[in-house]
Amino acid sequence: MKNDPTTTVNMSDHRIDVKSRPLCLSGKGVTKYFGFGKKITKAVDHVDFEFHEGELVSIVGESGSGKTTPSKMLLGLISVTDGDIYFQGQKRDISTRRKKREYWHGIQAIFQDPFSSFNTFNRIDTVLLDCINMRGGKHLSKEKKFEMMTEACSFVNLKFAELTNKYPFELSGGQMQRLMIARIFLLKPKILLADEPTSMIDACSRATILDMLLQLRNETGMTIIFITHDIGLAYHISDSIYIMEHGKFVESGSADEVILHPKAAYTRRLISDVPKIHEAWDLTTV
Amino acid sequence: MSKTMLEVRELTTKYITRFHEDVYAVDHVSLKIEEGKSLGIAGESGCGKSTLALSLMGYYFPPLHYTSGDIIIDGKNISGMNPDEVRRNVLGTEIAYIPQAAMNALNPTRKIRKFIEDVVLAHDPKRDKKEIYEMSKARFAELGLPVEALDKHAVELSGGMKQRVVIAISTILKPKVLIADEPSSALDVTSQKMVIKMLRDMMEKGLIRAMIFITHELPLLYNVTDDIMVMYAGQIVERGTAQEMVFDPIHPYSHGLMDSILVPEEGTRDKKLTAIPGTPPNLKRPPQGCRFAERCKYATPACFVNAQPMVEFENGRTYRCSLSVEHLREVYKSEE
Repeated sequence: MKNDPTTTVNMSDHRIDVKSRPLCLSGKGVTKYFGFGKKITKAVDHVDFEFHEGELVSIVGESGSGKTTPSKMLLGLISVTDGDIYFQGQKRDISTRRKKREYWHGIQAIFQDPFSSFNTFNRIDTVLLDCINMRGGKHLSKEKKFEMMTEACSFVNLKFAELTNKYPFELSGGQMQRLMIARIFLLKPKILLADEPTSMIDACSRATILDMLLQLRNETGMTIIFITHDIGLAYHISDSIYIMEHGKFVESGSADEVILHPKAAYTRRLISDVPKIHEAWDLTTV
Repeated sequence: MSKTMLEVRELTTKYITRFHEDVYAVDHVSLKIEEGKSLGIAGESGCGKSTLALSLMGYYFPPLHYTSGDIIIDGKNISGMNPDEVRRNVLGTEIAYIPQAAMNALNPTRKIRKFIEDVVLAHDPKRDKKEIYEMSKARFAELGLPVEALDKHAVELSGGMKQRVVIAISTILKPKVLIADEPSSALDVTSQKMVIKMLRDMMEKGLIRAMIFITHELPLLYNVTDDIMVMYAGQIVERGTAQEMVFDPIHPYSHGLMDSILVPEEGTRDKKLTAIPGTPPNLKRPPQGCRFAERCKYATPACFVNAQPMVEFENGRTYRCSLSVEHLREVYKSEE
């Protein structure tokens, strides 16, 4: 516990040049409209994006700016009105149930609310066993499976022996969120979509969760798409940032570029609205 | 020396659970706020921040029970009053409370002006309704809220607007002390700024005379309040001015808390983000010694045995730790 190296996030070790890597997920003119006629809502309006392999991308916006809709489209949970999504260089095809399952081997998600992310009736070991079976480990021996589960739990600083025969509601919020990461560790997807994974836990556990995500990225080389409204957090962890306003990406680029030299008025307002420590907070601009 | 607005002496309150176990969520808390000042309370989830806020109102309902201590608002002791008396004479006029979930605090079937009528009539049943309406209009204009909102229902307002309306309603009778329990946690940054600006305006115009602001966001506290107090497991562990607490925290817990701050500023990106390992102790069976000892990097064997009192050091700052200030400062410096 004393001076545990796993509980510190030192960003300078994690910086890598990602732009030279191949594209993992990209989109051209991706659009999603809800409703039709006069009542049409343009939730996502002709956006282009490029996510490289092993990159940590943040999508930042206020509440109501439409951050969740692109994440649902990327996961294939809702259909795309217009535009194409390319997954590993090929056009994404999720027309049938079988193809969709195949696609989900490559992309997984962590959501905001850890309390509603688990099946209440399944024990923790069942949750983890399902992950192993999904990755084609159905025929492995019992000992091997047990070993894999223990490894996944120790990756997120949980003790597997304490968790067996427990139900998800017996854990705290931080433990559940870490268990979600243990699931991702077993599934090893190409892309991880994290939709506000730290907004329901306090500042101290937040550092632990972020550190685990970064470690996971470094070990497996997966792309992490981080959706958040906390611009300070986005600046701290990500390689590149997309700023979203009313269904459009108003600004994108590397984290330093976007935060330190913002071009769009919306980005500037967003940054000025965050309370800071070394600068005076201007309250007159409300 | 200005007047003391709120003084709390050794306040202890407990929860009694279903199994008749006592949980001391606020344990011998003492604090003082002077007129025109604001105090911020910080700490992680479950450290007793909200229980302290509820206890300060003097309005106890089960499972929360009053045990001992004094709460003195502007010279008037309200501790130990019965709940009916507190509701009639204290809430709204002496002390007001803003809950975190303002969205759920408003009844969807009533107009905003009806809420204000309720609040005023509960304290003074003979007030004229027209007069109340005029007063609330004037107050809304003063606070920069649209007057039309008075004739709207809660569902017609946005989240940030609802929160500001709730603040306006709870301070309509000019309470002496305002307790804001995470008033901006559920809002995005822009609405948060509007709420903060309104609270600041209210302090400047003298509508409220002292404020307690509870949150877990430290950059916000630094910008809003004069003093910051850090709570851990039902006890105060450190108190000082906002400047001192952010740039020179002494207690190992405060230091850990300040290290977990994230702000979009140049140079902060390569900063080490440190988590405090472990979880807060179970207050049903609080540890015998220092409550933070189990998670503290610098704990000595004596820490686990001896409980620490609050100790005063330079300029009236207080902290609760067995290690000396100089020693802790040196340790922090060597770690950087």
